Amino acid sequence: MKKIHSNKKIQLLLGLLTGIGFGFILHRSGVTKYDVIIGQLLLYDFTVLKVMLTAVMVGMWGVYALKKFNLATLHPKTSSFNSSVFGGLVFGLGFALLGYCPGTVAGAAGSGALDAILGGVPGILVGSFIFASLYHRMENFLNRNSFSKFTFPEIIGVNEWYLILPAELLLLMTLILIERAGL
Amino acid sequence: MDILANPYIAGAIIGLLSMASFFFSDKPIGCSTAYARVSGMAAKLFMKDKINKNLFFMKFPAEVDWEVMLVIGVFIGAFLSFILSGESRVRIPDIWSLRFGNSLLLRVIAAFAGGVIMGFGARLAGGCTSGHGISGTLQLSVSSWIAVIMFFAAGIVTAGLIF
Repeated sequence: MKKIHSNKKIQLLLGLLTGIGFGFILHRSGVTKYDVIIGQLLLYDFTVLKVMLTAVMVGMWGVYALKKFNLATLHPKTSSFNSSVFGGLVFGLGFALLGYCPGTVAGAAGSGALDAILGGVPGILVGSFIFASLYHRMENFLNRNSFSKFTFPEIIGVNEWYLILPAELLLLMTLILIERAGL
Repeated sequence: MDILANPYIAGAIIGLLSMASFFFSDKPIGCSTAYARVSGMAAKLFMKDKINKNLFFMKFPAEVDWEVMLVIGVFIGAFLSFILSGESRVRIPDIWSLRFGNSLLLRVIAAFAGGVIMGFGARLAGGCTSGHGISGTLQLSVSSWIAVIMFFAAGIVTAGLIF
């Protein structure tokens, strides 16, 4: 597998194939639609949450199982408290105004949504570029209160499976509550 | 085909795709960094020296990588599904037009402004709904759980104010 990981051409092809599968599913499940995403933020259409939480449930179990058999390495985000809180709030503001996220906007563009093609995609490119241009001024602020350990099992210092089980149960309970509420 | 429209089936398949990308590519699925790389590639056409000396682009080179191909793939995959589904193209989304009318220009301006803010925020947070929201949370990454709660908290409040 190491050989495949370091083969650049194969990786570019794999990226494309993974993306095609991802985009196909995103579109088919409806989450590339503005009305579905805004419906989630207005709390009357829970499709987005159902898709995300199920993906996390399956992926969490699966990726940690791969890790257990040395078939995968984790890559948790190394960002700081500052960057998650402030970045998250800014992201959410833009998310509601645009009505798509960076993945679903590409899917919306693929399904011909003009607001995604003419507004969303160029906007994200410009916003990312503004960040890159200002990055040298923000680096210190963003790196302040960086996490020294990146995952909950590392921080709490327990065997990861003791946290995976309750996390999976929490996600499952949330989904059951959503269904029970008829959402 | 219709079984994929079920959000739980779709979510489970995304979870499996996520496993596959860890296994085959040693990478978590994420979409937002690709936009920063592409913006750098576009800017290179006008100011090559500046981009080469830029601190951000030294860490995240302005070139096509796995993730840029992933986002291109999302576009293609959604296009294929769209064609197969035979549904018609959305000109202006219903929720938007009910509140703000049928001006495409107004909708595009709002989408652009939202895109700029979100693109900036994604880099500030170091990820988006896929990178933090799915790949990060499934690894039990602390920063990702905080980030995704903030994404939705700010998104819910903002959407509530707009509509």
